[in-house]
Amino acid sequence: MKILMMGCSRVGARLATQLDEDGHKVTILDNDTYSFRRLPASFGGTALFGNGIDEESLKKAGIEDADVFVAVTQGDNRNVMACQIAKFIFNVPRVVCRIYDPLREELYSALGLETLSPTKIISELFREKIEGTE
Amino acid sequence: MYIIIVGGGRLGYYLLKALLREGHEVLVLEKDPRICKTITDELGGVCFRGDGCEAATLAEVGTGRADMFVAVTGDDEDNLVACQVAKHKHNVPRTIARLRNPTNAVLFKKLGIDVTVNTTDLIIEAIEHEVPTHPVTQLLTLDEQGLIIVDVTIPARSAVIGKMVKDIILPTDAKLALIIPSKGSAHVPVAHTIVQPGDQIIAITPSQFKDELKKALLSP
Repeated sequence: MKILMMGCSRVGARLATQLDEDGHKVTILDNDTYSFRRLPASFGGTALFGNGIDEESLKKAGIEDADVFVAVTQGDNRNVMACQIAKFIFNVPRVVCRIYDPLREELYSALGLETLSPTKIISELFREKIEGTE
Repeated sequence: MYIIIVGGGRLGYYLLKALLREGHEVLVLEKDPRICKTITDELGGVCFRGDGCEAATLAEVGTGRADMFVAVTGDDEDNLVACQVAKHKHNVPRTIARLRNPTNAVLFKKLGIDVTVNTTDLIIEAIEHEVPTHPVTQLLTLDEQGLIIVDVTIPARSAVIGKMVKDIILPTDAKLALIIPSKGSAHVPVAHTIVQPGDQIIAITPSQFKDELKKALLSP
């Protein structure tokens, strides 16, 4: 699959590396090239400087023939906007969005985005861990 | 009207003052406590400290009864999300967003934001109006109907000069609304009105026919 990612955060870099190892064609976008230090030397995908909420940058990054778009920057609103551009302007078949704020996550999930809220997931895992060992 | 403004920057601040002067109930949502304090010190309790993108904050300030929701922060993504939350969580009938990047207008429209305002286009329009070689100026966009109102100045060599309004072939649904002659007073054109050189014509047209209208009135 052709996967376009936005945000070379810890999660972004790790996910990009794993998807690359799995044999996918990965392009990762960040508006700070310093973030690319997190990618290992073995990374075989493309790391590109660019703004994920700018249609021109997304085109340059090959969004028009991407199969999946993943937004994992630190900003919920940036992720939400980038994903909506990917879904509604470029018709990317699958769009996955990280949204920290659980309320916002619920809203955009209802509006048709595929969303993940780390806040919800992590707190649930902690809860299970703590209550599971009682 | 109850109007909520997100973003207490310069634009938000002056907008707040203008709307208060008009007698509306207005509230600004601002994250930065210092900006909030400055506004409250000057204008009273019209600024609420909070994130305008959070449904909980919006619930707290009674967004459900707001008639209008205006997002004017400096970031397009924040304005988009604030308007979407207001629209989908609180059913605000009219949402207005400020844009930095003019290309985002298409996306915002698609996502249901009622009105977008971008300074880049406003400045371009102002320039078009100032430059005399540009005989057609777009005055207003009526978004829902897809109509635009334009201001056309008839050049000396236009083929429509000396013609009656009824004989001018205009694009479908385009209408001449007002003629302001270079001398004399403005009048509403009727079928037998004759177009004169230098006439300033205010016309209304479906936006996709702007160029055709231009051709109809300007070509020699």
